[in-house]
Amino acid sequence: MPIIDALLNDFFWRALLGGLGVALVAGPLGCFVVWRRMAYFGDTLAHSALLGIALSFLISVPMNLGVIVTCVLLSIVLVLFQRSRVLATDTLLGILAHSALAIGLVALSFMPDIRFDLTGLLFGDLLAMSRTDLLWIYGGAGVILTLLALFWRGLLMSTIHAELAKVEGVQVERLRLILMLMFSIVIAVAMKIVGVLLITALLIIPAATARRLAGNPEHMVGMAVGFGCLAITGGLSMSWFLDTPAGPSVVVTAFCVFVLVYGSARRAPA
Amino acid sequence: MSEALATLQQLTVAFDGRAIVDRVDLAIYRGDIITVIGPNGAGKTTLIKAILGIQKHQQGSLILQTGLTIGYVPQHLTLEPTLPLSVRRFMLLSGQPLAGCIDSLGKTGVEHLIDASVHHLSGGEKQRLLLARALARKPDLLVLDEPAQGVDINGQAALYDLIRDLRDQLNCGVLMVSHDLHLVMAATDKVICLNQHICCSGYPADISHDPAFIETFGRPVAESLAVYHHNHNHSHDLHGDVINKSQGHSDQGSCGHAHH
Repeated sequence: MPIIDALLNDFFWRALLGGLGVALVAGPLGCFVVWRRMAYFGDTLAHSALLGIALSFLISVPMNLGVIVTCVLLSIVLVLFQRSRVLATDTLLGILAHSALAIGLVALSFMPDIRFDLTGLLFGDLLAMSRTDLLWIYGGAGVILTLLALFWRGLLMSTIHAELAKVEGVQVERLRLILMLMFSIVIAVAMKIVGVLLITALLIIPAATARRLAGNPEHMVGMAVGFGCLAITGGLSMSWFLDTPAGPSVVVTAFCVFVLVYGSARRAPA
Repeated sequence: MSEALATLQQLTVAFDGRAIVDRVDLAIYRGDIITVIGPNGAGKTTLIKAILGIQKHQQGSLILQTGLTIGYVPQHLTLEPTLPLSVRRFMLLSGQPLAGCIDSLGKTGVEHLIDASVHHLSGGEKQRLLLARALARKPDLLVLDEPAQGVDINGQAALYDLIRDLRDQLNCGVLMVSHDLHLVMAATDKVICLNQHICCSGYPADISHDPAFIETFGRPVAESLAVYHHNHNHSHDLHGDVINKSQGHSDQGSCGHAHH
């Protein structure tokens, strides 16, 4: 179709389409981050994305794939360490987050032949969205939405009360892994838009904004998607017109919406 | 008697090599109300978590009747306030149809709260909601961890009465953990006094004169509870060591009692 083709030829529309695809899955996953208090965990995974990028350059696999695999592996390591209870979870996350980021940066510095835009990776880049990236985003979103639809009740129940869910036959541990797989995918595809340092903000802020207005979990997810789309559209427009970096602009927009909603809504309904 | 709902043989749960639940034998049948009592850290919650399959056991065996449905009422309903949730939605998440959920809420007397947010319920209302949710699954075995916690005195008595009624209606087995000794004594068929191992067990009237029970809860408590004396297979010296090694505990050095 010529209209779609024309749209896809324009980098701004490509970025916007990609951003909306990311917001579609950042909404539900952001809600889980807020509900399960996983903000720091999400940050750790996002920071490790840079390590994934370095690794995928090293063994020449698609960058998104490298990031997904690295994030999944790191989350498994995290779960294992958490079980051993050697260190408090936040200490552990702090160590892994910054070490993964540092190792990624050091590894990338050893590859002078490879051209990449470090600022773009860290803070997002409006110009970097390619057609292949769009395929990754909508492919990833398809996988995540399918998994969410299949396991929604179990995921919700294990979030509300893990032990009760377990007694009722929910595979709590397996669902935790599935949730981590979904986080890894969303980090890999959201990286291009907001950058690895600000992904968690795109997950948390729209979900937290939605909490003020929502009366049930699904309602909150729907509104988080809406606020995410608003943040993406506003942020990318700001980046386009004012030539500001894409990721921070998106986060600033999300934050403004958050302040507006919390300032005007009286209280959470439920 | 019919087949046991759950049978525990020499069940042991250990953390870092220290037995928290030590060689417990127990059988639960339909119609039973069994209450586990014991001091803090006695392994009461660990024992029921092992039966529920939440906590792995290291030794011994746990046999559940095939197709057994367990209704679990956890100690607290600590809900994340960021997760908006109504009573109706919480009930429906059990996977049961709405009519069954409403019926269960009615049985525990909280059907009027169906559209309320779970975050706005009082302690007693939360316990009744959790009980209703367990009932909605039509359990063969109802497991309750401190069901009366956070409930005022009148509410506690009513709650134990309710549990008895539900047992009669559903003909299920009931296993609960409790601290409220007086109420337990009134509402229970069988009491198990746990302090890592089973110190003593029996009918409420019998157990309160058991030396092990008196040692665990103190003489004033025990004397206020009952009149009957029954035999006991071992006793403890001042250090909590078993001094009569006649039955089952012969290879046991220390029972690890907490002395107050």
